[in-house]
Amino acid sequence: MWQEGERVKSHVWRPLYVVIAFVVALLVFRFFYVPNDFGSGKRGFMYSYHRKSNETEWKNQPAKYSVSGRERMHEYCSECHGEIVKVRSEKLHGIIPCEDCHGPALQHPDKPEKLPIDRSRGLCLRCHTSLPYTTSERHRIPGIDPKTHNTDIECVECHNPHNPSLEGMK
Amino acid sequence: MERREFLQKCIMVIVGASVPVSALTLIDPKKVFAENPQIQWAFLVDTNKCVGCGFCVKACKTENDIPFDAHVSRTWVERYVYTKDDKRYVDSPDAALYGFTESRIDLGRGEYKEIDKDNVGKAFFVPKLCNHCSSPACTQVCPVGATYKTDDGVVLVDRTWCIGCGYCIMACPYGARFFHPIAKVADKCTFCYHRLSKGLDSACVNACPFKARRMGNIHDKNDPITQIIMNERVGVLKDEFGTKPQAFYIGLAQEVR
Repeated sequence: MWQEGERVKSHVWRPLYVVIAFVVALLVFRFFYVPNDFGSGKRGFMYSYHRKSNETEWKNQPAKYSVSGRERMHEYCSECHGEIVKVRSEKLHGIIPCEDCHGPALQHPDKPEKLPIDRSRGLCLRCHTSLPYTTSERHRIPGIDPKTHNTDIECVECHNPHNPSLEGMK
Repeated sequence: MERREFLQKCIMVIVGASVPVSALTLIDPKKVFAENPQIQWAFLVDTNKCVGCGFCVKACKTENDIPFDAHVSRTWVERYVYTKDDKRYVDSPDAALYGFTESRIDLGRGEYKEIDKDNVGKAFFVPKLCNHCSSPACTQVCPVGATYKTDDGVVLVDRTWCIGCGYCIMACPYGARFFHPIAKVADKCTFCYHRLSKGLDSACVNACPFKARRMGNIHDKNDPITQIIMNERVGVLKDEFGTKPQAFYIGLAQEVR
């Protein structure tokens, strides 16, 4: 009877040792694998358990588009392209930031030396496709039907994007 | 036990039990600070000003290296058309990356619906993006601690830790998350965190010619955006989900969700 009792004990303890060893191994692995700066931050475990250094990684991503706000952008671009920016700022298209058509220019004029200008029909049609939405601000923008309005040529062949008034047409 | 002693102990128990547990917890200054840190970014969309040009989507995809030809986007613009015979249509072809250049509504699966010009009642455009909620459902469900809310109120994804399980994509009530086809991780709007930290506006705010998109610090009472949010009639999307979204909308219609 006694001997049997001892055997029962050992068959309970042995798997328990395995489990304990497994948990310890897991904790040791976790200790080395999880970075030190992992933590909850000020918003608590539920919403912000994270690796703190990732915030810096995101902050250090390179930006592409240049200075903010169209006023500051016009100012920046007019340092070299004063004439054209002046024409533009006074006319209807003065509200459009230069980079919307000319592409991101944070490193310009170093990289890229020349900006890839989007002269496509599609770019103009973003705003100037006629849509029958009288209640939308869109209605105030002059629009054309792209299926019928000079379908085979680009807009910039006739219209001057910097001075879009119809009197100033090429 | 005497009668007097019994009554005294009874009163002590009642008084002790009536003290709420919260009164006994010490105030943690860190927690108080978290509720009122210096900067708290918020977004303001003026739907009355949007014309659906999609320059914001183009700028966002360019700035953040989201492939143009993949059907995913960190921000998008929706078109709402209400007809006079009381039908409502919503679409956002290619997330409005190329704007709205056709009057027909994209119903999906290659089907389109042309609405008669005279039948259009009202129509408007609504830009959408991640709401950077105060209680974001997406960061709660992340099993590996890869997505989180920063102290200044931006929800980010740690690309080295994300395992791409997609729980957060399913948890977001706004559909603002997606699987990045190149990075192979969950991706979302970062409020252009890299630009904010350099003192620049986010790419979409920068690109909008009509100032339909704006951003500000809602813990600064003098910030023009905070002024608008405090003083004008603004709404948030899906308030009932309790996520406390931080993107505010002027001119919100009840169909916009």
